[in-house]
Amino acid sequence: MQETKAKTVRFVISRQDTLDSAPYQEEFEIDYRPNMNVISALMEIRRNPVNVKGENTTPIAWDMNCLEEVCGACSMVINGKPRQSCTALVDQLEQPIRLEPMRTFPVVRDLQVDRSRMFDSLKKVKAWIPIDGTYDLGPGPRMPERKRQWAYELSKCMTCGVCLEACPNVNSKSDFIGPAPLSQVRLFNAHPTGEMNKAERLEQIMGDGGLANCGNSQNCVQSCPKGIPLTTSIAALNRDTTFQSFKNFFGSDQI
Amino acid sequence: MAGNREFFNRRLHSLLGVIPVGLFLVQHLVVNHFATGGEESFNNAAHFMESLPFRIFLETFVIYLPLLFHAIYGLYIAFTAKNNTSRYSYFRNWMFMLQRISGVITLVFVAWHVWETRVQAAFGAEVNFQMMENILANPFMFWFYIIGVISAIFHFANGLWSFLVSWGITVSPRSQVISTYVTIGIFIALSIVGVRALTAFI
Repeated sequence: MQETKAKTVRFVISRQDTLDSAPYQEEFEIDYRPNMNVISALMEIRRNPVNVKGENTTPIAWDMNCLEEVCGACSMVINGKPRQSCTALVDQLEQPIRLEPMRTFPVVRDLQVDRSRMFDSLKKVKAWIPIDGTYDLGPGPRMPERKRQWAYELSKCMTCGVCLEACPNVNSKSDFIGPAPLSQVRLFNAHPTGEMNKAERLEQIMGDGGLANCGNSQNCVQSCPKGIPLTTSIAALNRDTTFQSFKNFFGSDQI
Repeated sequence: MAGNREFFNRRLHSLLGVIPVGLFLVQHLVVNHFATGGEESFNNAAHFMESLPFRIFLETFVIYLPLLFHAIYGLYIAFTAKNNTSRYSYFRNWMFMLQRISGVITLVFVAWHVWETRVQAAFGAEVNFQMMENILANPFMFWFYIIGVISAIFHFANGLWSFLVSWGITVSPRSQVISTYVTIGIFIALSIVGVRALTAFI
């Protein structure tokens, strides 16, 4: 098989050397191979870090892990939309392919961001089911199969940060925790054992930076790579917190 | 309660926008509509509203205080957003931005409108058909009123949609879509009422 002229792929990559240094753009052109994704292209650039002007440059820094869109680590802004670079196929992208870091998060270097705030939020909202005790607590209550299937959809969240990047209310001026950890509250509150800490989680998201910061732009649900019904989760939590606040103020036997 | 002050403020903001401020807006537009029946019909309606008993208390607790809170906290909300419709041009994201823009326009309009009518009334001017006729005779003021009234109505209609979501009334995507249609209907209907009243003065 012979091609008269080698097909190439062009990249415009937003780079940044350190946490506080100014971002700049660098262009790259690499040979086309069938079935490339953005990560394989970045690896190709790393093999020979020469930009389009022929200058030697540093290899590009980015995060990756599972390479099958379940870990969320390789998220970046590709042609204006935040998504995972592992499932961003070069054949389906308009060229030049523009790569930027998700600037909602602190940029560590180039396309690498620090998503710690999301993991801190998960801790804040207690996104787990406490099962440890000083003695054997025995088996927990069973979960209906239909509910399990429903909950599975919410459990697909990989804390990738795309919803925070898309949200107009997650920015340097606000401390909104964003849609992802909120949806996890709904997930763990729906679990028969997790439900035992329902009020605690609701109280947490009724605090500063919590649920009430949502402005219903609904970008999150449009952007979520896993198709998680984030805005439905938020609306459902709005209802739960309405009841919780009534219970808190007017009083109730339940905690 | 200290821990969830933000939650309380946001919910109060959402509630006050509908009750009483939204209801007052509807009532105000309906009373204005008397202008389409001629000068006398408008003056009678305006006089009836003016002569309601305990007027200053009604005004303070139904209009001034809720409106002030809604306006000031709303400005804070509007300026903490970082709008991104150029990157995410979804319908709801546009509504999100327009809600903030219309809120600010409405605030400017209402401030001017209160100065021109209620504050002047406190200084002894009479608020009647003649007064509005004089104001709206100026084409600039006429368009200022048209834009102000429509943005207030938009802000109310779209705010009603987000009120339903914020309080957890419309949870399912389907109910949110239907409430979108209903609030669009409210926007159109009230806009007709508002614009008809304004054009009746010229």
